Amino acid sequence: MVVDENLRVGGQLFKQIHKFFGSSAHQAGIRGIDIASKLLEEARECGVEVWLNSVVVGLFKEKKVAIKKKLSDDSEKLEIIQAKKIVIATGASEDAVRFKGWTLPGVMGAGAAQTMINVNRVLPGKRILMIGSGNVGLIVTYQLLQAGAEVVGVVEAAPQIGGYGVHAAKIRRAGVPIYTSHTILEARGDKGVEGAIICEVNDKWQPIKGTEKVFKVDTITIAAGLKPLIEIGMMHDCKCSFVPQLGGWVPLHDENMESSNSGIYLAGDTTGVEEASTALEEGRLAGTAIAEALKYVSLEEARKLKNEIWQRLNELRMGPFGKARMLAKNEILVGYKKRSKSLFK
Amino acid sequence: MRIDNHIILGKDERKEMVEIKVDGKTIQAKKGEMISAALIANEIRINRYTVKKKEARGIFCGIGQCTDCVMLVNGKPNVRTCVTPVEDGMIINTQYGLGRKE
Amino acid sequence: MVLRKTGYLTKEELINSNCYPSEERLKKGPVVIIECTEEIPCNPCEAACKFKAIKIGKPITNTPILDENLCIGCGLCIAKCPGLAIFVVDKTYSDKEGLISFPHEYLPLPTTDSSVEVVNREGRIICSGKVVKVLNKKSFDRTPVVTIAIPKDKLNEARGIKRLKNKH
Repeated sequence: MVVDENLRVGGQLFKQIHKFFGSSAHQAGIRGIDIASKLLEEARECGVEVWLNSVVVGLFKEKKVAIKKKLSDDSEKLEIIQAKKIVIATGASEDAVRFKGWTLPGVMGAGAAQTMINVNRVLPGKRILMIGSGNVGLIVTYQLLQAGAEVVGVVEAAPQIGGYGVHAAKIRRAGVPIYTSHTILEARGDKGVEGAIICEVNDKWQPIKGTEKVFKVDTITIAAGLKPLIEIGMMHDCKCSFVPQLGGWVPLHDENMESSNSGIYLAGDTTGVEEASTALEEGRLAGTAIAEALKYVSLEEARKLKNEIWQRLNELRMGPFGKARMLAKNEILVGYKKRSKSLFK
Repeated sequence: MRIDNHIILGKDERKEMVEIKVDGKTIQAKKGEMISAALIANEIRINRYTVKKKEARGIFCGIGQCTDCVMLVNGKPNVRTCVTPVEDGMIINTQYGLGRKE
Repeated sequence: MVLRKTGYLTKEELINSNCYPSEERLKKGPVVIIECTEEIPCNPCEAACKFKAIKIGKPITNTPILDENLCIGCGLCIAKCPGLAIFVVDKTYSDKEGLISFPHEYLPLPTTDSSVEVVNREGRIICSGKVVKVLNKKSFDRTPVVTIAIPKDKLNEARGIKRLKNKH
C-alpha cells in the first residue's frame, strides 16, 4: 500500500522532463516523466493499493500508522493501519534564502516554478532570476527557457558553479549568464516582484559595496538546496545524525535501508539529498530487503539482487560530484552500527 | 501565461473549461487544474495579505507545504490554492489576514 | 577547470580532451565532437553508437573516448546524450561552408532553408547560418537535431542557434 498526501503519485519525478544520467543499463537517457509512468504501471500491475490525498498524521509504536484518508465524497476518515513493514520515502523540502523583499509574490522555490511549468503548464513569470547554480538551479533554468520564459541570469554565491558542466553549458549556449561569487541583495516591487538587485561577494561571503547589478524581473526562483523531511521517522524514535553534505538531519540506516527501528525502512531524499536515480535504487533495496525479511524471496536471491543494487548505487556516487555523498552515506552506515548520535540524546 | 505547446510535453490536450469567480470577476479555468495555476494563467499572483503588516503574498513552495498561497474558497479560509483543484462555480476571494476585506 | 567558473569549455580544454577529433579526421568528413570533460556517472553515448566509436567502460564516470576512425558522423548519438553535449561537424560540406548538427530542445523549431543567428558556447551571436536539416525522429525522444551550414572558420566555435520567438 502507498500513502501520499498529494493528489498525484510520483512526487518530484513527474516534474523531471529531462533525460536522466546514469548507466544505460538502468533508465539512463530516459526522461523522468516516462520513468515515473513506467513505475506507476508496474505498481498497478502488482496490485499496489494507493491512497492519495491522504495524510499520515501519526506513526505509533509497533508500526501502527494513523492516516487521515480523503474519501470520494470529500469527507475525511481517520484510519489506523497495522503495518508489517513500513517504508518512509517522504523526500526533502526546499531551503530558503532570505533577502529584503523575499516575501513578495513572484519569489518562489525553483521547485514551485518547475511544478508550474511542467505539471500545471503555466508560466509563473516572463523574466526570471535564478538563485543557485546547483543541478536544480541549472536544470530548472533550462526548463524555464523551454517553457518560453527569459532567464536573465543565475546567481551563485560560491566562486564556482555547483552543478554539472554540461548543464551549465546548455544554459550558457542559450545566452543565460552565470554570476559566480554573487548574492541576491533585494527583491524590489510594490505588490509583486518588479526587479532584483544582486552584488558580488568577497571570500568571506560578504557583499562588496559598489558591485550592485540591477535586473528587471518579475520572478525570482530559489534553488539553494534541500533538506530531508524526517518528521515521520522521528515520531517512531528513528535515530538521526546531522550530516551537512546530505542536507541536514538524516535518519540512520543499515545496508538494507532499515532504520534503527526494526521493520521501518527508508529510501530516497529523506535519507539524504541525492538524485532521482539513487532514490529509485534505494527504494528497490528497501523493497528487496523487506521481501527477504517476509520470506517472499530466498536469502540467496535477495543477496544477489541487493549486491547488484549496491553496485549501481556505488557507481552513481562515483566521481568528483558524488564523492562527498559517498563518504557521507558511508558515514551513515558506520553511524548506524555505532548508533552513536541521536536526535533525542 | 499558459504553455499551449511544449517541445517535451507536447500540445495541451485539456479542452474542458470551467468558470470560477475570483474577487467577483469571472475567469475561465481548465477543468481539474489547481486554483493557483488558473490564477497565474490569468496574471493573478497575489493570493492573500498578511495579518499584521498587510503584505501581499503569493505561491512559494507550490506543493502545499508553506501556506503562502492560501485564499478563501467558497467562504472557507486558509485553503491552499496550489494543491486544491478548481470546480465549476467556485467562489474564490483574496484572503485579508484571516478573512475577507470589509 | 575554467568550465567550473564560466560554465563553458574553452577551445584548449576541449582539444586536450579525449573526444576531440584530429584535424586530419575533420578533413575527411562528418565526425562527432563530444563536449563532456567531467567525471559524472553517465554512459548512454556508448550504447548509442552502432559503430562502437565511443568508449566509456567501467567505471561509468569515465569521460568518453572517441575512436575517430570508427565514427562516420551519423549523429545518432546527439539525441541520446542527456547532457546535450554532443555535436557533429562536417568540414567537407563545400569550399566555404561547413555543417554543424546540434540538439535543439526548444519551440518553435527552425524550418529548413531558413536563416538563423548562430551562437557560440557563451550564447553570443557569431554569424548567421542556413538551416539544412531539422530531424525530430521518434527515436530521438523529443530531442530534435538541427543541422546548419556556416562559414568554415566558425565551426570550432558555433554550438547552437539563438532561440526563436514564439508567435503568440
